[in-house]
Amino acid sequence: MSDVILRMRGITKTFPAVKALQDVNLEVRRGEIHAICGENGAGKSTLMKVLSGVYPHGEYSGEIEFEGEPCRFSGIRDSEQRGIVIIHQELALSPYLSIAENIYLGNERRGRFGLIDWNRTNADAAKLLERVGLKENPVTPAMELGVGKQQLVEIAKALSKRVKLLILDEPTAALNDADSAHLLDLLRGLRDEGITCVIISHKLNEIRAIADSTTILRDGRTIETLDMSGDVSEDRIISGMVGRDLDHRFPDRVPDIGDEVLRIEDWTVHSPTQHDRIVVDRASLTLRRGEIVGLAGLMGAGRTELAMSVFGRSYGTGISGRIYKDGKEISVRTVTDAIRHGIAYATEDRKTYGLNLIEDVKRNVSAAGLRSLAKAGWVNDNREYEVAERFRKEMNIKTPSVLAPTGQLSGGNQQKVVLSKWIFTDADVLILDEPTRGIDVGAKYEIYSIINRMADQGRAVLVISSELPELIGICDRLYAMAEGRITGEVSRADATPERLMQYMTQTEETRA
Amino acid sequence: MSSVVSADKAVSPPPAERPKPGRTLPVNLRQSGIYIAFALIVALFAALTGGQLLSPQNISNIIVQNSYILILSIGMILIIIGGHIDLSVGSVVAVTGAIAAVLMVEHDVPWPLAVLLTILAGAAIGAWQGYWIAYFEIPAFIVTLAGMLVFRALTLTVLGNQGIGPFPDEVRTIANGFLSGYLGNIGLGPLGGADLFTLLVALALVGGYVGLGWRNRQGRIRYGQKVEPLTLFALKYGLGVVVVMFMAVQLARFKNMPWVLVLLGVLVLGSTLVMNRAVFGRHVYALGGNPLAARLSGIKVKSVSFWLFVNMGVLSAIAGIVFAGRLNQAGPTAGNMFELDAIAAAFIGGAAVQGGVGKVVGAITGGLIMGVINNGMSLLGAPSERVMLIKGLVLLAAVAFDIWAKRRAGTSR
Repeated sequence: MSDVILRMRGITKTFPAVKALQDVNLEVRRGEIHAICGENGAGKSTLMKVLSGVYPHGEYSGEIEFEGEPCRFSGIRDSEQRGIVIIHQELALSPYLSIAENIYLGNERRGRFGLIDWNRTNADAAKLLERVGLKENPVTPAMELGVGKQQLVEIAKALSKRVKLLILDEPTAALNDADSAHLLDLLRGLRDEGITCVIISHKLNEIRAIADSTTILRDGRTIETLDMSGDVSEDRIISGMVGRDLDHRFPDRVPDIGDEVLRIEDWTVHSPTQHDRIVVDRASLTLRRGEIVGLAGLMGAGRTELAMSVFGRSYGTGISGRIYKDGKEISVRTVTDAIRHGIAYATEDRKTYGLNLIEDVKRNVSAAGLRSLAKAGWVNDNREYEVAERFRKEMNIKTPSVLAPTGQLSGGNQQKVVLSKWIFTDADVLILDEPTRGIDVGAKYEIYSIINRMADQGRAVLVISSELPELIGICDRLYAMAEGRITGEVSRADATPERLMQYMTQTEETRA
Repeated sequence: MSSVVSADKAVSPPPAERPKPGRTLPVNLRQSGIYIAFALIVALFAALTGGQLLSPQNISNIIVQNSYILILSIGMILIIIGGHIDLSVGSVVAVTGAIAAVLMVEHDVPWPLAVLLTILAGAAIGAWQGYWIAYFEIPAFIVTLAGMLVFRALTLTVLGNQGIGPFPDEVRTIANGFLSGYLGNIGLGPLGGADLFTLLVALALVGGYVGLGWRNRQGRIRYGQKVEPLTLFALKYGLGVVVVMFMAVQLARFKNMPWVLVLLGVLVLGSTLVMNRAVFGRHVYALGGNPLAARLSGIKVKSVSFWLFVNMGVLSAIAGIVFAGRLNQAGPTAGNMFELDAIAAAFIGGAAVQGGVGKVVGAITGGLIMGVINNGMSLLGAPSERVMLIKGLVLLAAVAFDIWAKRRAGTSR
């Protein structure tokens, strides 16, 4: 039981401008369930991608040793041949293919002349399904299965590859309780068969229930590995996840908080793809003038979904609840309505949802407020230039010219363009979703200063962030979300990472 | 309304370098490349044909023969900038030509009313396709592929298997005729007589073009924007003036200005203005550049897509009338393959496959490149299959160059 199946040493992986992993070490014993936890962006998924060959040898530095032999994987196939299989958070089944076809996709059971032997395919698949406890006909198309059953098919697929080390990235994130329990039982069964599991999870109660040991990552470094055979409390894990040296700096600010400007009541949103799944559950919050309010939560807590659904119903179906602006109930059915009511939303994904990268800075700045530069439908080019130029100076956007394409700017400067765009609409409620994601430390300080300035001008700012120190550092008041619900509200004075993390990991059963 | 930037009072701007007037104009090969290519192709064929390509009558021919494709390419480039495509324009040309013929020839509707009704029919066709594309969210490729079949079928239903004609003289004149010499001829020394009116119109155009350019430049300087150095400005506009005046003189020596050139000029000018200066035009670029970001910026992306197709329908109807008027009959095979020529013109003219990029003038230049290749090769007596081969290769080369240049520029997308 004590021999080590996997040893990762000194793993460092850098992305342009961001060091995702720094000298990370991981040791996994044969036949154990090893949990990896950490905040969003701590480097968990990146580490698993290094291990499974998604980032091939050469794109990272450090050593991987599997079953005592050094490994240099050039791709996923390579690692799978050695018996390392990863199941990603977003399930990767082909919806129109049958269960059996999915299981053997890329690894087809061949008969004579290289043709697929369907009888063997379906018979073997049936055996695998029995092993994972899924009572379905192997010829059923994958799309007819729920998420929980799809997860089991993924595991069956992994078993078909003679897996020795199974990696699961947030396997229960999208599952209901019964399915989660079944999955955890299955993992215990696999452990008894001698299969080693590495599981990434946010759900601390699950980790406590199932893991034999737990490695904690924080800011791309290994913090510690806990032996779970003793009784390790959730608080013990949380303190490992958040207890960092607060060497980030935040600009000073004396808040001048005024009247309530936006109030959201009983806001409920359903998933656009699964209409019966509730993504935001009776959430209520208020924002006041001159106030910076934080919204904390783990991945999948429903923060972005809440923000986007408020912003002109840009996300979700079956939306109910009320929005009050300056005390009066308003109807915000489209993005245009939202902008007219002075609500702005700066997306977490600048490149996909925020900017037109092939267009210049000037036109991106004016994109949402173009009408105010136009008379009878005709845009005043020179005034537009003047406005863009003014924002370039105020926001300190580093670009050779406002006529340069935004695609050429760095992440921090692109973010300043996005913020300029929304300030130009004269919004008095700004919802900023992960405003410093992918931005280096120096530029973060500048973004914080801009956020402070916006609040000082009497706007209300709602900041969504996965970095707790950032939220605590800049916000006057914080809400925490978990499983679509607002689970807690704390003032800046009372906010500690531990307390927030408790709210953020609060699930239905822990609260009851 | 200077309150639009409400952050201005609270913030002291950090010291930023003032933009220097003049200096550093990035040589944008991708945008100017098309005009250079056009000049080279014209020079090549002018040399190969011993100057015949640029003879007064031939210039007139190139314009009149390609007018309907050029009209279509205006609508097509807008649609491609918006991130869509339209495969139905050839069939719409045919069906609107047929509608015009039925109205004018069979029902004796006065021609101005008939033209108006035909254009409305084109708008309705565009609205039909625009509805499915914008509001039902069926890809434009599918909707217009269906439209290609449907409107060809309607043409055949209306016309049976025969053409309807002849058209009233006025319609034929728009398509095929020339302005009359209102002011008589003047002598141009060794070049012989030329129409004074055409020359005056050309001079006025050139004057307006240079004047507007100058005003724009001065405006930018006043706002502290970067402008190109004076020599480059003079060179660019001087070249434009020479080309336009050369064409005007040649046209004046032949038969005056063709009416379709006037029509085309108005359409190009109008659509260029809309795309550069109007809110609608900006929204089209934003839609094509990143539809998700456009939607989250409060742009009504569905309505923009819808009106793009209505516009295309209108332009197809105009092209349909011009084409039918030129042949003096509406035929069942009218407009065959026009969609491909219009799409090719847009892409040769610098449109990007994924949308968001392109210029009306670029599409016109792309259309003219194909027109000159067509015309030049037929002057040289090349068989039509070879013309087709060359056009195909030019299209491929143009888009390959575009993608290569983009990859080199390294703007991430």
